[in-house]
Amino acid sequence: MAQPILRIENLHKKFKEVEVLKGVDLSLETGDVVSIIGSSGSGKTTLLRCVNMLEEFHQGRILIDNEEIGYSGPQHKARKESEIARQRAMTGMVFQQFNLFPHMTALRNVTLGLTKVKKLTVVEANAIAEKWLARVGLSDRSNHYPGQLSGGQQQRVAIARAVAMNPKVMLFDEVTSALDPELVNEVLNVIKDLATEGMTMLLVTHEMKFAFEVSDRVVFMNQGRIEEEGPPEDLFRSPKSQRLAEFLKSSKF
Amino acid sequence: MFEQGTVLYEIWVSRWALLQGLGVTVLISLLAIVLGTILGVFVGLVLVYGRWVSRFAVRMYVDFVRGTPVFVLVLASYYLLTQIGIQLTAFQAGLFALVVFCSTHVGENLRGALQSLPRGQTEAAKAIGLTFPQIFVYVLAPQALRQALPAWINTATEMVKASTLLSVISVAELLLVTKQIVARTFMTLEFYLLAGLIYFLINYAIERAAKAAERRVALPS
Amino acid sequence: MGYHLNFGAVWRDFDLLLSGLGLGLGLAIVSIFAGCWIGLVAAFAMNSKHAYRRRIASCYVTVFRNLPPLFIIVFAYFVLPRLGLLVGKIETFILTLSIYGGAYLTEVFRGALLALPRGQREAGLAIGLTEWQTKVWIIIPIMIRNAFPALANNFISLFKDTSLAAAIAVPELTFYARKINVETFRVIETWLVASLMYVAACYLIAAGLRFFERRLAIPR
Repeated sequence: MAQPILRIENLHKKFKEVEVLKGVDLSLETGDVVSIIGSSGSGKTTLLRCVNMLEEFHQGRILIDNEEIGYSGPQHKARKESEIARQRAMTGMVFQQFNLFPHMTALRNVTLGLTKVKKLTVVEANAIAEKWLARVGLSDRSNHYPGQLSGGQQQRVAIARAVAMNPKVMLFDEVTSALDPELVNEVLNVIKDLATEGMTMLLVTHEMKFAFEVSDRVVFMNQGRIEEEGPPEDLFRSPKSQRLAEFLKSSKF
Repeated sequence: MFEQGTVLYEIWVSRWALLQGLGVTVLISLLAIVLGTILGVFVGLVLVYGRWVSRFAVRMYVDFVRGTPVFVLVLASYYLLTQIGIQLTAFQAGLFALVVFCSTHVGENLRGALQSLPRGQTEAAKAIGLTFPQIFVYVLAPQALRQALPAWINTATEMVKASTLLSVISVAELLLVTKQIVARTFMTLEFYLLAGLIYFLINYAIERAAKAAERRVALPS
Repeated sequence: MGYHLNFGAVWRDFDLLLSGLGLGLGLAIVSIFAGCWIGLVAAFAMNSKHAYRRRIASCYVTVFRNLPPLFIIVFAYFVLPRLGLLVGKIETFILTLSIYGGAYLTEVFRGALLALPRGQREAGLAIGLTEWQTKVWIIIPIMIRNAFPALANNFISLFKDTSLAAAIAVPELTFYARKINVETFRVIETWLVASLMYVAACYLIAAGLRFFERRLAIPR
């Protein structure tokens, strides 16, 4: 059996003196779609942000395709900034607040990483960008600025921007939480498409129904630890832990 | 029309002096703005990205200069730099004071603009694998500069206004030249009105150019 | 170089510097007070339905914001006597600084006025207050609170601009500093002390105004 594409081993993280991740272990095989659910403060977003080193961690390892992210060696020595930047290109992240670059067109938002990080030519980058913008349904908006796009459109561009880099793992951080309800579906549909095409994904989400439909596995986090993990039917239909049951009830699933 | 003793005659007679004075005013203002901006960008970058010690030192510099009236800066610079050690001309000493003054304004504006950018911009840029220099050049600086443009234009007009202060240290810019002409012709109201009109036009032109620039650089929404 | 720092010369005349600072503060306070009146009137004028009022106020603001303050002061000092207005130096200075400051304060108040919800005026009228009463008891108090940070900044600016009075021989801090410098040749000491006095004064004023702002704030 091949090595998991993403391995998180005994991850511990502190914010000042408070430990927010207390030893998290998680593995994803290529093509897995894993949703992380839990109440705020459970550490789920922090966990996601550790994978692409937007957050530092003081203990444990994260490996993508067998390469240790952010740190190296038994001394947990931090890597150089330029190396970390290179490693970040192995993942793609979509943010709750979209975070598109407002001074660039949708097309340029997508090609920036392709030209500056992957060093592709402008022609190659434009071709890839236009392909992905078409995939998310926005080929007629490629020359628009983020200020001219709706929330759902912006988030779809953000997805294109991340996926165009051909990452090994895609990270989604509550990507529909900041959207008006009628715009949520257009984004979820794009994510579903990517999932069926075999993209490896780690999603933090509040959309329980969506998590149930799209995930191979669901992870329930509570107070910095993974409390339950398993196929969506098991977790949602017959939760084993008391807290998960309460959480599901309060989420009206 | 150009009879001796009328306003227009006197203006015509003094035209070279007036033009020279205007030229000096423009020269002072331009040099102050350009040099002040260069220094100011450096100041701003240190305030945002510098190490603790450098940031502290620059912060002290900015707070001290901004708490001092620009007139005092000019006078101090004049007395200090033309008499002790380095022997600068009045023009150079006055310009030095204005450059220092301008740098603190530009630096503060830049700092404010950079720090007002949402953190998500840096994070999104990091997420696609850009290194910090790339993030600064492609993502942060373009946005910060757009943001800082109105304040910078304001600083530029302040520099034109501050050029008048050099008249007190005998630099022959427009205000001093006006004073001299008035002393000779006793046409106080006329020549001061003329000078006022010129100053107004310069700054008004800058203001209009600024609005046009802002419109051109604005992002469509 | 042989320059030995000797603050004694400056210390001897410190009372002069202090009195100059006090005068500067006084000039600033009077000017901002007068400037606020001008600013309020002009701000309401710019918002009025009468086009001629808007135009006059707008011209006033545009002209005085684009002129160098030293120029205006020198202009007033030399031209006003010619026009028959024989006022003393200090009065001239206060007049010019008030008018100059008023132009900036107009913009501050105009912004505060625009940010005020229209419902406030309508609520005032609805309970039977006249336009004037509504302005005085409701609109202006809210405006001043909202505009307070900008007002504080303008006050500090005006205070620094009082240094320009030295150019027409008004005995404020900068005037005395120059006098002491010329008499004692203690260049570094004089100007260092003068600068520090201004910096300290600005800092104290800012701190004081911040405190005052908190006390003035509407409890949330």
